[in-house]
Amino acid sequence: MTTLAERPSASRSRSPFRRPLAETGLGSWFTTVDHKRIGILYFVSAMVFFVIGGVEALLIRLQLATPDGQVLTIDQYNQIFTMHGLTMVFFAVMPLGSAFFNYLLPLMIGARDVAFPRLNAFSYWVFLAAGLFIYSSVLLGGMPDGGWFGYAPLSLVGGDPLGYTIGDATTTQTIAGNTVAEGQRMVFYSLGLQIAGIASLASAVNFIVTILNMRAPGMTLMRMPVFVWMILIVSFLMLFAMPVIGVALWELMMDTSFGANFFDPAQGGDPVLWQHMFWLFGHPEVYILILPAFGIVSEILPVFSRKPLFGYTAIVFSGIAIGFIGWGVWAHHMFAVGLGPVANSAFGLSTMFIAVPTGIKIFNWIGTMWDGRLRLTTPMLFSIGLVAMFTIGGLSGVTHAVVPHNWQQTDTYYVVAHFHYVLFGGAIFGLMAGAYYWYPKATGRLMNERLGKAHFWIQLVGFNLTFAPHHILGLNGMPRRVATYEDGYGWNFWNLVSTVGAFVIALGVLVFIINLVISYKRGAEAGPDPWDARTVEWLTTSPPPPHNWDQVPNIRARDELWQRKYPTQGQREQVRVPAGGSGELEGDVAPGTTAPTEGTTGATQSPYTISDPGYDKGVRHDVHMPSPSYYPLIAAFGLPIAAYGVIFDQPAGFVFYAVGALLVLGGLFGWVLEPPTDPSAEVAHQ
Amino acid sequence: MTVDVHSPESTADHGHHTSLGISNTKLAMWCFIGSECLFFGALISAYLIYINERADGPGAELFDIEFTSASTFILLMSSLSMVLALAGIQAGDMRRFRIWIVATGLMGSVFLAGQIYEFTVFLSEGANVTVSPFWSAFFLLTGFHGVHVAFGILMLIAAWASSLTGRLRMENAETIENLGLYWHFVDVVWILLFTLVYLIPALGGGGS
Ligand SMILES: [Cu+2]
Repeated sequence: MTTLAERPSASRSRSPFRRPLAETGLGSWFTTVDHKRIGILYFVSAMVFFVIGGVEALLIRLQLATPDGQVLTIDQYNQIFTMHGLTMVFFAVMPLGSAFFNYLLPLMIGARDVAFPRLNAFSYWVFLAAGLFIYSSVLLGGMPDGGWFGYAPLSLVGGDPLGYTIGDATTTQTIAGNTVAEGQRMVFYSLGLQIAGIASLASAVNFIVTILNMRAPGMTLMRMPVFVWMILIVSFLMLFAMPVIGVALWELMMDTSFGANFFDPAQGGDPVLWQHMFWLFGHPEVYILILPAFGIVSEILPVFSRKPLFGYTAIVFSGIAIGFIGWGVWAHHMFAVGLGPVANSAFGLSTMFIAVPTGIKIFNWIGTMWDGRLRLTTPMLFSIGLVAMFTIGGLSGVTHAVVPHNWQQTDTYYVVAHFHYVLFGGAIFGLMAGAYYWYPKATGRLMNERLGKAHFWIQLVGFNLTFAPHHILGLNGMPRRVATYEDGYGWNFWNLVSTVGAFVIALGVLVFIINLVISYKRGAEAGPDPWDARTVEWLTTSPPPPHNWDQVPNIRARDELWQRKYPTQGQREQVRVPAGGSGELEGDVAPGTTAPTEGTTGATQSPYTISDPGYDKGVRHDVHMPSPSYYPLIAAFGLPIAAYGVIFDQPAGFVFYAVGALLVLGGLFGWVLEPPTDPSAEVAHQ
Repeated sequence: MTVDVHSPESTADHGHHTSLGISNTKLAMWCFIGSECLFFGALISAYLIYINERADGPGAELFDIEFTSASTFILLMSSLSMVLALAGIQAGDMRRFRIWIVATGLMGSVFLAGQIYEFTVFLSEGANVTVSPFWSAFFLLTGFHGVHVAFGILMLIAAWASSLTGRLRMENAETIENLGLYWHFVDVVWILLFTLVYLIPALGGGGS
């Protein structure tokens, strides 16, 4: 693949650029359309944003460590707690999920790439552009400061309409000869999230089509790994949730920048409409954040318990149930708004009800580990960590569903405790489990186990030290989102404990990053299947070739690789294990001892050969992989440039609009006019 | 020539290669349309919530039902010509295809021109996004529909131009089918908007 045929003849190409063909070197990362490299780009970028969001968290905790904290001004605190939420949700956890989706989805379903490789690259660049755009507000009058939830009318007037802390709120500043109002902070919020939403929408379409349409022969829906099921559900959630928040953000932008009246009560607008739209998106968003982690542990637990997943069907259908019921619970974020007893009761009941499918999953994971021969590797530890920590978060979540109880807790640190147990104890633990588990597939080397275990224990202790006290603080009445608090409320001790815990987490994350870096060169060679795994991404080499497989595998079982390695004696087909059965196979080879050599056909054949029995060796299969392209990058970066048009006054604004529109439209036209695979590119030979 | 094995995008035009038997691009278009339903659903909700929030500004009495009915009729007819254009390319009759694709684009443009004219009338009579939540919601809702029509016209022009250069041939009929799905969807949304925004206030006497 890396050797190239002769250059495209100049007369052929209608593009203003020579088509980029290099697939190695730094420049190739900007034009790549390979799902694996895009996955790595997502991972690295999301980790950078994760560290930024983490530093913001440390600043928040430093400010709150003692009463009357002086580390940050109120204005700085508002910006930093807003950006902490935005960064972690939209630029760390969601793209970390995308990193795994991208890297693994085609490998898990036996495809060579996603359905639309250039659209995939476009998604990545749009996500990055959105992140850079929203952080560029630091230089342009301050970062968004109305909370990640952006409640109106606060988001319309800015954090300080009366000018208590930052001077006169109506002041403007001059940037590059143009007047920019201070009140642009939430415009960065509305535009930045709209751009990020485009990225999510494009990936959602791409992943749905890939999963439904690009499966290897024999990969029926009910043979798909659970992780793929979760990608499918998350993609549908994104497909339907993003347009809702998109409209809300447009309306917010129309209000802040063009004088519209959607959410301004003084003009007859309704701020509660914003809350409805935000949480109609916001609650499915919670599942967008957590379901990838659920999928990851559903892959890891069976491998290290050496048992099939307990109740595959139940896990899949409870995931689908979450995907549906998740649309009917949003008003549990609004119990204190005053929707009335009927609405509050209905949403309280639906919220309790959604705990049922979530509980089913937890019992399935416990059932998977039950009586298994557990190997407590780092990915396994993080997976068990997720099951334990998420359960705590889930239980405190059920308490929110009780409306009178909710009124007691709403806007207190109890809520902060709840969603950090769910999103850190759940999502982040799961994503880190996935990082340890699939790192060898992506790099060919294992991560250091000793450092990994140190990371796990440091993080587990630090996490509980940070967030368990928030339960107590919240029940003792400490409100969230406050920049400081006074002495004498009895909150001092637990706040200090929480701050200490936050730095312990930071130490754990530091160990993680060091491990990621040093293992890249010094980790032990992994080979194709270091964990004795069950699914087909471990069938190909580590790292896989650009085209993933010379021959696409034929799928005959849910745990295809396991069946190839440990075929049930005397039977070609997998024995159907009753739901909940332990699935111990008769004549199973002792775990982890040998790489078995007997193939299903009885011929001496390694399970890791990618050829299949029945593959006609007479036919020469050549693979055209899509060629790299500049256009996704060009079109993506047109979006934030156009968005600056809203920020800057005219005439500079018009210049931004024009340049941005030109880049987007020009990028799209170039994209459509170039063939997916350049005719001059070398094909990969079987 | 070499044999293609399940390489992405290259299978896009050959539905029979895919797991579901429907081509990737068509499935993607259906997904996109599903997402668009929620997009317009949210815009319509905001409009219906604010239908009586007119502050002291003008209301639906500014609507000219006769004029909008005429432009609605033209937009609906463009769906018919879109079907004829698809039939043309499927039959390999590129001349027929071009006639009808141009007709579709022209009718879409007439509709869009009508909407722009209507907007200028409203603006001259003192209605704009800053007047009241009603007009904010009206302009965002109908404006976004107009943007969708405009984007559709751009794609129609692109399809027409690439049929002239020979890029678009009978084998690419599915591209036109997908474009048609989009175009029909935008028309269907307009039927909904025309009913909710223009007809119902008029029937209920809300306009007077
Ligand atoms: Cu919720």
